[in-house]
Amino acid sequence: MRILKNLSKDKLAMTSLVVIIVMIIAGIFAPLIAPHDPGQVNMKLRYASSSWDYLLGNDHLGRCVLSRLIYGIRPSVLWVLVALSLSVLIGAIVGFIAGYFKGKVDAWIMRVCDIMLSFPGYVMTLAVVGILGAGLENILIAFVWMKWAWFARVIRTSVMQFSDMDYVKFAKASGTPNLRIITKHIVPVTFADIAVIASGSMCSMMLQISGLSFLGLGIQAPHAEWGMMLNEAREVMFSRPELMLAPGLAIVVVVSAFNFLSDALQVALDPKLMTSQGKSDKSYESEVRKPAYEYSRG
Amino acid sequence: MGSYIVKRILLTIPLLIIISFITFVLINLSPLDPAVVVLQAQEVPQITDELIAQTNEALGFDQPFMIQYANWIMAVLQLDFGNSYVSGEPVWSLMGPAFMNTLKLTLVSSVFIIALSILLGVICAMREGKLLDRSVRGISFFLTAMPSYWLAAIMIWYFSVKLDLLPTSGMDSYRSYILPVIVITVSYTGIYFRTVRSSMLSNMNEDYVLYARASGLSEKKVTLHILKNSLQVAVSIFCMAIPIVLGSTVVIENVFAWPGLGRLSVKSILSRDFPIIQAYVLMLAVTFVLFNTLSDIINAAMNPRLRKEF
Repeated sequence: MRILKNLSKDKLAMTSLVVIIVMIIAGIFAPLIAPHDPGQVNMKLRYASSSWDYLLGNDHLGRCVLSRLIYGIRPSVLWVLVALSLSVLIGAIVGFIAGYFKGKVDAWIMRVCDIMLSFPGYVMTLAVVGILGAGLENILIAFVWMKWAWFARVIRTSVMQFSDMDYVKFAKASGTPNLRIITKHIVPVTFADIAVIASGSMCSMMLQISGLSFLGLGIQAPHAEWGMMLNEAREVMFSRPELMLAPGLAIVVVVSAFNFLSDALQVALDPKLMTSQGKSDKSYESEVRKPAYEYSRG
Repeated sequence: MGSYIVKRILLTIPLLIIISFITFVLINLSPLDPAVVVLQAQEVPQITDELIAQTNEALGFDQPFMIQYANWIMAVLQLDFGNSYVSGEPVWSLMGPAFMNTLKLTLVSSVFIIALSILLGVICAMREGKLLDRSVRGISFFLTAMPSYWLAAIMIWYFSVKLDLLPTSGMDSYRSYILPVIVITVSYTGIYFRTVRSSMLSNMNEDYVLYARASGLSEKKVTLHILKNSLQVAVSIFCMAIPIVLGSTVVIENVFAWPGLGRLSVKSILSRDFPIIQAYVLMLAVTFVLFNTLSDIINAAMNPRLRKEF
């Protein structure tokens, strides 16, 4: 509850949160919200500009751009969220095991993570897509395969800070089972770190997936995806540049929203940063937490 | 310092071996039979079992796995990545020139990224919280949320088509560099300058700054001291900028029809030309490891405390 209270003071963060929630709802209920069938071809309306019936106009096959944008939320945002949750979950399990039990288990897990992270993320995603073939599900597999190690690493560091705290030692001494200590005493305090890195990763993942779809390696036609809509618009870029506008702006809006939310969460979740003295360190921390390989983008 | 460098370099050898092994295994994880892929790529009309067996023998796919790997790695050490499944040309003859083209684009962009990040980072840190700082950060926030290919398309539309100032694509003269370099620089500077800025800000509160001011050093000299210390943090990130840009120019290259690695790799992925994909992954992973090592060594040279790790 404290998190929500802190977050609600930040207007920008609340706006971002609202944007994200609206997007998610619109994506889930796309068939109810979209004014037209996103695959319906209507050659009479090719390149029609916006009208009351088709608010954002029509594309090169006369399909409704607005409906395609709404259906595009599913692969561009919702499926990325699923892949993100899955890799955070795997990373959290591995990270908790490594950080809590330490010793040999930890050393081995970290060695595996180091090897995974020595491959540049973007290149590895391309490689996995190259081997399994183009398609949305293969990109998502590549994301989970690439990201879990990086989450495991960050979560392990976060767990390690707390697993030596006196209250955890006390719980151990009083005979509390390990699983209960983890769920009751460690998960709640590390949740802050997990939320911050997860929302930050969301941005780079969304940009990457739209980039891969733009190259034709992602979701295949006739499905709608923002990156692919931009790819289709690119072919008529010189005569109909306006078709590039809506999907591009959609990406910018959602990615910015996650970006702002990630920054705001960091402040809201960390009481240390709430003080005026800590405030100037805020952006510093967020930079330091990101390792160099997280900077790759699509 | 010498022993640190030697140890650090020796440490990369097992990593490189593991990376090469993973790259090799990866291709073998494909659900398709490599012989079938070769035959399909060469557009053989009817793929019979006999043909598959022949191809397997010719390309050595029938040998035990570890022997295949050993043969492959020995060949790779002599820059022989095999032949393309599609055109039959040696992979290196396609890869080499493409790598050089991408490297040129990367190096030019990296120079601009680093220079601009330091400049903006320092200016914003000096004017922290003022209008200039806030507006630069606001704009950078917006630019980093923008897909780079979208920015590229807008710039092509405006500068190449509407104003007809610059070439839309290709790599003919220095003018072809302008647009791709701007797009890459814009999308990375927004991230990197924040690192410089926050590093500067955290250094400003250190005791040595107070001491320097108290002993009457000019403000310019104080800033130089802060900058020197802040760049230590930035060096490792800047070192990694080069391999990261190298690996992620894929989309930009495709938009600008740049004859580099990105275009080659996407083409190979679509035609399932495994030897090229394999060479691409291996080359970039090795570059990644080498730059990582380099950045560790530079950091250790600048900061003796880091050398104690071994």
